Amino acid sequence: MSAGRLVRLAETARAPVGFTFDGEALTGLEGDTVLTAILLSRRALRDAEFGPEARAGFCLMGACQDCWVWQEDGPRLRACSTPLTEGMRLRSAATADWPGVPA
Amino acid sequence: MTRVLIVGSGPAGIRAAETLAAAGLRPVVVDEGARAGGQIYRRPPAGFTRPAEKLYGSEASKARALHDVFDRLVAAGQVSHLPNRSVIALRDGVAHVLGDTLEKIRYDRLVLATGATDRLAPVPGWEVGGVYSLGAAQIALKAQGVALGRKIVLAGSGPLLTLLATQLMAAGAEVAAVLDTAPIRTQLRGGLHMALARPLVTLRGLRMRAALGRRYHAGVTLDRIDSDESGPTALLWRDARGEARRTACDTVALGWHLRADGMLADLAGARFDWSPAFAQWLPRADPLGRAGDGVYLAGDGLRILGADGAELAGRAAAIACLQDLGLPSPDPATVLRRLRRMQRFAEAMACAFPWPVEHIRHLPDAAVVCRCEGISAGDLRATLPVSGPEANRVKSMARVGMGRCQGRYCQLAGAEIVAAASGTAPAQVGRLRAQPPARPAPIGSLLAAGDREAE
Repeated sequence: MSAGRLVRLAETARAPVGFTFDGEALTGLEGDTVLTAILLSRRALRDAEFGPEARAGFCLMGACQDCWVWQEDGPRLRACSTPLTEGMRLRSAATADWPGVPA
Repeated sequence: MTRVLIVGSGPAGIRAAETLAAAGLRPVVVDEGARAGGQIYRRPPAGFTRPAEKLYGSEASKARALHDVFDRLVAAGQVSHLPNRSVIALRDGVAHVLGDTLEKIRYDRLVLATGATDRLAPVPGWEVGGVYSLGAAQIALKAQGVALGRKIVLAGSGPLLTLLATQLMAAGAEVAAVLDTAPIRTQLRGGLHMALARPLVTLRGLRMRAALGRRYHAGVTLDRIDSDESGPTALLWRDARGEARRTACDTVALGWHLRADGMLADLAGARFDWSPAFAQWLPRADPLGRAGDGVYLAGDGLRILGADGAELAGRAAAIACLQDLGLPSPDPATVLRRLRRMQRFAEAMACAFPWPVEHIRHLPDAAVVCRCEGISAGDLRATLPVSGPEANRVKSMARVGMGRCQGRYCQLAGAEIVAAASGTAPAQVGRLRAQPPARPAPIGSLLAAGDREAE
């Protein structure tokens, strides 16, 4: 996929943090939220459950619950209010073996 | 010692904590943020280097003062700070607090300083990724140093519209247009009274507005957001003369001032009244913020007065709490006088930048009203013959207000659509009852809940 949605305007001198999103290795910076880190490389966080469109967060203050993404090991997290940590394995959708996910 | 629980560590929560600590109490402060400051004075994560002047502009000294006061109180052990936690339920003097685990915190007195969210009106096409609230764009800039896109259109109305445009441009973002739905005539009428109440603040707003130049348009009508698979491509709008315009962009941020977040106040037993001035439901409280037995409200969650008003309201709520406990407390006369001035300013501002009632009432059937579950204005209207025009019944049957945001971003617009279709007014449509949990909570946390006493 091409360039991400967000643009860094300041605070670029921070240590890099590696993570994966949908299996691809990406890099954010220390202090990035999960939302910031993903959207610097991607246009969206996930697909909407109830429509054809993609979603990329909305309120960024933990109130709208638009920015939930999946972790490979199970629990979902709210991308706007979760700090990125080294080695996170994130997904835009549940893994295929997740209960209730259509094959 | 009396256990006082404060929810929120923005300007109101911090001043409430300071006032209570000065009287010898040791309040517990729960907040969703990692660091105290709230949204307006939100602090970036550790390791970020921009100074307060860069982050908060003319309000830098106020921000720094609040952060310092709170950090000192915590360091001195006068306040117990529980960050990264959400209060999800309140019952019988127990707050259910969700962090990594669910804790139960007992309290004798409760100060709610839960603030506000952006107040949103739907614009057809707003459900796509790449449309944000104005507050989101400001948080991204302040707390992360990022712009939410390469070419941004800001639309809506209220003080944040102009302020955010100025901040984004100063930081080097491209702002393609600033589209204000408030007509010049209401802005002039409200602006006069704003200037009478707070001349300097009003003047500062006018200066910022002037600096936007031809990007800024008043009295616009927002028609729709066009998009492709990667997000928004343009905002289609009409200018004050009715001429159709199109502004290319890859990001849209929307907002119409603020909506008080009254969910915890409701769970704590507060009553609510429809405020014609602010076009929303606001909790009922006395001038100091007493909203019930041992329940005190402060800040934008009570009255939308902005950050300066929130500091005063935090002090006022703490004074009320101290009075009720029979403890020595500061004289509230000055605080109350200043609050009345803030109230005059805020009401004038609400009049200058009104909620776009006509836009909402005339939304096309295809427009999504509930972003959480993709429910359209047509779906909502079609429910009315069965549900009748009552907010909670409409929610049960049409699911507008049932999704993950719990009605925070659709309730007011939904009520306006219901009112228009039923020949009534939003005040008669009623208010959605708050339902715990106030934030989504994993089942596992509920099963493993422990106990914790507020000290």
